[in-house]
Amino acid sequence: MATLLIADHDGAKLGDATAKALTAAALVGHPVDILVAGENVHAIAEAAARLDGVAKVLVADGATLANLLAEPLAELVVGLADRYAVIAAPASSAMKNALPRVAAKLDVMQISEVTAVVAPDTFERPIYAGNAIETVRSREPKLVMTIRGAAFTATASGDASAPIEAITAPGASAASQFLGADLTTSTRPELGSARIIVSGGRALGSAEKFDAVLAPLADKLGAAVGASRAAVDSGYAPNDLQVGQTGKVVAPELYIALGISGAIQHLAGMKDSKIIVAVNKDPDAPIFQIADYGLEEDLFTAVPAMLEALK
Amino acid sequence: MKIIVPVKRVVDANIKIRVKPDGSGVELANVKMAMNPFDEIAVEEALRLKEAGKATEIIVVSIGSATCAETIRTALAMGADRGILVKAEGRIEPLAVAKLLKAIVAKEEPGLVILGKQAIDDDSNQTGQMLAALLDWPQGTFASRVAVDGEHVEVTREVDGGLQTVRLALPAVVTTDLRLNEPRYASLPNIMKAKKKPLDETTSEALGVDATPRLEVVATREPSGRQAGIKVASAAELVAKLKTAGVL
Ligand SMILES: Cc1cc2nc3c(=O)[nH]c(=O)nc-3n(C[C@H](O)[C@H](O)[C@H](O)COP(=O)(O)OP(=O)(O)OC[C@H]3O[C@@H](n4cnc5c(N)ncnc54)[C@H](O)[C@@H]3O)c2cc1C
Ligand SMILES: Nc1ncnc2c1ncn2[C@@H]1O[C@H](COP(=O)(O)O)[C@@H](O)[C@H]1O
Repeated sequence: MATLLIADHDGAKLGDATAKALTAAALVGHPVDILVAGENVHAIAEAAARLDGVAKVLVADGATLANLLAEPLAELVVGLADRYAVIAAPASSAMKNALPRVAAKLDVMQISEVTAVVAPDTFERPIYAGNAIETVRSREPKLVMTIRGAAFTATASGDASAPIEAITAPGASAASQFLGADLTTSTRPELGSARIIVSGGRALGSAEKFDAVLAPLADKLGAAVGASRAAVDSGYAPNDLQVGQTGKVVAPELYIALGISGAIQHLAGMKDSKIIVAVNKDPDAPIFQIADYGLEEDLFTAVPAMLEALK
Repeated sequence: MKIIVPVKRVVDANIKIRVKPDGSGVELANVKMAMNPFDEIAVEEALRLKEAGKATEIIVVSIGSATCAETIRTALAMGADRGILVKAEGRIEPLAVAKLLKAIVAKEEPGLVILGKQAIDDDSNQTGQMLAALLDWPQGTFASRVAVDGEHVEVTREVDGGLQTVRLALPAVVTTDLRLNEPRYASLPNIMKAKKKPLDETTSEALGVDATPRLEVVATREPSGRQAGIKVASAAELVAKLKTAGVL
């Protein structure tokens, strides 16, 4: 039997998340095929085929898959399921949307957000915002799981290329239709793959100040920008920047938290970062309990001073 | 159109849980419980649809021990019309919850089921998608805007790159994200009124669903902890330390 790993991508390139999920999928022990679904995704399929150790790449190319809606994607994957013992995907928003649909159609319980492979049928996953780690063993005939990218290093790519096989895309679903997207455009690195993240909280006070304070520092460091829920809810930053239990989970080399108190829901998304820096004017802010370097200062003076010191 | 809102009773979001020393699970005795925050948002959205004349009746469903009746009463106090408690003991996984909800949907024939995107205890983020699959209904997950017009619902979804909008034929499943609305508080008179609202009880046997868990929880442990580091006196010292550490 084999493993099917569903690739996540933005329509233009294969994300880092797939290479990370491949590392986990390979640990289960079966040969891994990658499914690339989408519209005009041949370049993405070629990138997937160059990932080390991939057995085969399946490409389903068609307009119905253009936005990776759950209904057609699940239909496609369920149609392939007979051939696979394991169906895995990175825990991206598209896959979190589609994979439980696959699992239910196969009458299998999904294992969400795997952070460690203990044995071929046994996995670790965080619960309660990462305040507990559960080890679960599956007795299901098939394994269906999403993989948390922040817990695995990406599989490398090489020159060797796995065979690519075209498969048929499903027909359109009358019940579900894509109307449009409003995507954040940024030249900065993505949160999921950035080496450094500069993250802002409620203390920033407005969208203008959020940008005015964070942008120069992020640009200087080549960093991605993140935000707390409070900053997103208040409209200082777009929703896709939210880091936390119910936002993105990141583990960069360096995470700089500016004016973020350190609620458990926020820590859930960043506490596995290698080095954590907190700038906060409250000496009792919980973020200091997990920060490697804490600076107790008003961020509106601290950030310009950091920029000065970086010159 | 009826709307069903499944509400889960979970440990209050403000409580930091503890793992039992013997690794058998999370300590739940004498811990403050509350409605899953995403489910409060789901109840609120259903109420707004009813207030806008798009829905006629809101039915809340909770699956778990007898104490889940309290969570249902909370939703009734917010304004939902009636409740269904599915009594079940032990761990009930999302797949079983989805099957139980499917059985209830078959009886009630709602036009919409609005769930939370994620229960903050198991952090599964599965139930709504599974229910949609079992019913063969379209799904609009992680919603930050929901607009019902006639036979369709438009759902704006929070996705990795920003926002995406889909149009679904009713009946459909929607799951809520944080920015959909701000849930109301129940007023005292409404809390009193809620006590008289109908609350039916049933069981998984009566609904014909085998709710036996499919996954075995082998162990539960504390995450590897992080120690607090040092305080630095200035931004210049901070930058110097980060350079020494090799990250800048
Ligand atoms: C169901 C649920 C899910 C959630 N999911 C998430 C999630 O995914 N991600 C997330 O982040 N949160 C999440 N939250 C919210 C979380 O509980 C906190 O409310 C949130 O993280 C607080 O954001 P904050 O730290 O920016 O704001 P606050 O807690 O208000 O903290 C602001 C901090 O800034 C400091 N400060 C103020 N002014 C200055 C200044 N001039 N200079 C320096 N410091 C200053 C203050 O001392 C304070 O510590 C969730 C909550 C719930 C209930
Ligand atoms: N035991 C339950 N009773 C009622 N609703 C539930 C239950 N478990 C899950 N749900 C619903 O499903 C959503 C997602 O839960 P989960 O898939 O466990 O993360 C929750 O926000 C609830 O709306």
